[in-house]
Amino acid sequence: MTATVRIPTSLRTLTDGSSEVEVPTGQVGTAIEDLTTRYPELGERLLGEDGKPRRFVNIFVAEDDIRFLDGLDTALTEGQVLTILPAVAGG
Amino acid sequence: MTLTYQDLVNQAKQQIREVDPARLEPRLEDVTILDIREADEFDHGAISGAHLVPRGVLESVVGLFATDLDQEVVLYCAVGARSALAAQTLQQMGYSNVASLRGGFNRWKDEGLPWHPPDSLTAEQRARYSRHTLLPEVGEAGQVKLLESRVLLVGAGGLGSPAALYLAAAGVGTLGIIDFDVVDASNLQRQILHNVDRIGQPKVESARETLTALNPDVKVVTYNERLSADNVLDIFAEYDVIVDGGDNFPTRYLVNDASLHLRKPVVHGSVFRFEGQVTVFDPYEGPCYRCQFAEPPPPELAPSCAEAGVLGVLTGIIGSIQAIETVKILLDIGDGLAGRLLTYDGLAQEFRTLRVMRDPQCPACADEDHPPQLVEYDVTCAHQGSVARVA
Repeated sequence: MTATVRIPTSLRTLTDGSSEVEVPTGQVGTAIEDLTTRYPELGERLLGEDGKPRRFVNIFVAEDDIRFLDGLDTALTEGQVLTILPAVAGG
Repeated sequence: MTLTYQDLVNQAKQQIREVDPARLEPRLEDVTILDIREADEFDHGAISGAHLVPRGVLESVVGLFATDLDQEVVLYCAVGARSALAAQTLQQMGYSNVASLRGGFNRWKDEGLPWHPPDSLTAEQRARYSRHTLLPEVGEAGQVKLLESRVLLVGAGGLGSPAALYLAAAGVGTLGIIDFDVVDASNLQRQILHNVDRIGQPKVESARETLTALNPDVKVVTYNERLSADNVLDIFAEYDVIVDGGDNFPTRYLVNDASLHLRKPVVHGSVFRFEGQVTVFDPYEGPCYRCQFAEPPPPELAPSCAEAGVLGVLTGIIGSIQAIETVKILLDIGDGLAGRLLTYDGLAQEFRTLRVMRDPQCPACADEDHPPQLVEYDVTCAHQGSVARVA
């Protein structure tokens, strides 16, 4: 039972170039724990020292921002896509 | 048997329905009104909301304005003769609910019913914008609206270039451009406003030359300066829509916070390497930039395009989407991107739409009565985006 995490190009150096990573289903928090185990630097980008998502990265399950769902407790089910959306400023 | 013009008109009037001006006037909003006179007649005044569809092209383009054969269509000309013949033709084409305005526009005016003064499109403009005015959602009235509109482009770079070119081509009457940079050879891989001859020239001057050559209708207002807390409100106040094509976080936050003060919509685009994001921030109606990203990343986690690169074509795609969103806002048509973030991945060739919501705890827009204090541009990074409110 896995869900898919989409890695933006700006963070792919932290996932050995992978654009998608499979994670176990359950909750967003446990999925990020799994990611952090495999890619520690990616984990640091997503969560602050307080363990909360950083304010310059948004995390979406399907189309919705987890801040407006249940945060890290948001359910992540089979086949769902978790999108990491970092703030980018280039123009 | 041969028939005179009058015979033809009389015969047509017996076969079609005529509607009196006073009966049509209260229902203008519910009916598709086609003015079948020639453009020079239309220029002297027309019924509000009517589409100019000269008799000579009526049959070929009526389907653009009346997509449903059952929808109610009223045609008018000067006195109701040409429109009677035209209504007869539309009936033959299958339009079942078509009528001709009895007495035409002359009787309409004689009865003191409202009409609007001539549109300001010149013959040259009518030719230039004909592919726009053919669109019922734009029409002559929409084109006039674009010509009267004022849009500010923050940045004359990768995103600002295509956005400015398309907005100028579209006939947006006033384009303001703020950028303090000069054209560099490394810009030309994506910044299509500029060219080799302009290297070293201020970007805003180069932009003015390019845009004026493309469309002399457009007045280009240049600001060869850095956007700052000191000038942002005065500059933004002059415009209807702000197109944010900046290249750094401090500018993005300044644009956002100033737009909240003035309640100006911001069409936001940003790019990084192969990926772009576009959305619209509609102050207090939808989320703002700080609802989405309350704080900028620390500088060490925010490499710029100069450091990380960007595929040139990507800025063309994202900047063009910003242009289309801007035109939609100006014309008040379609579904805008407020509340939605469109992401584009050039490598995967995928567009995705994410829902973005207004944050009730947003440090900038949660309290409508107290917009955020403008953070001084050059030191925003040091403040890490913390927001103070105007008392």
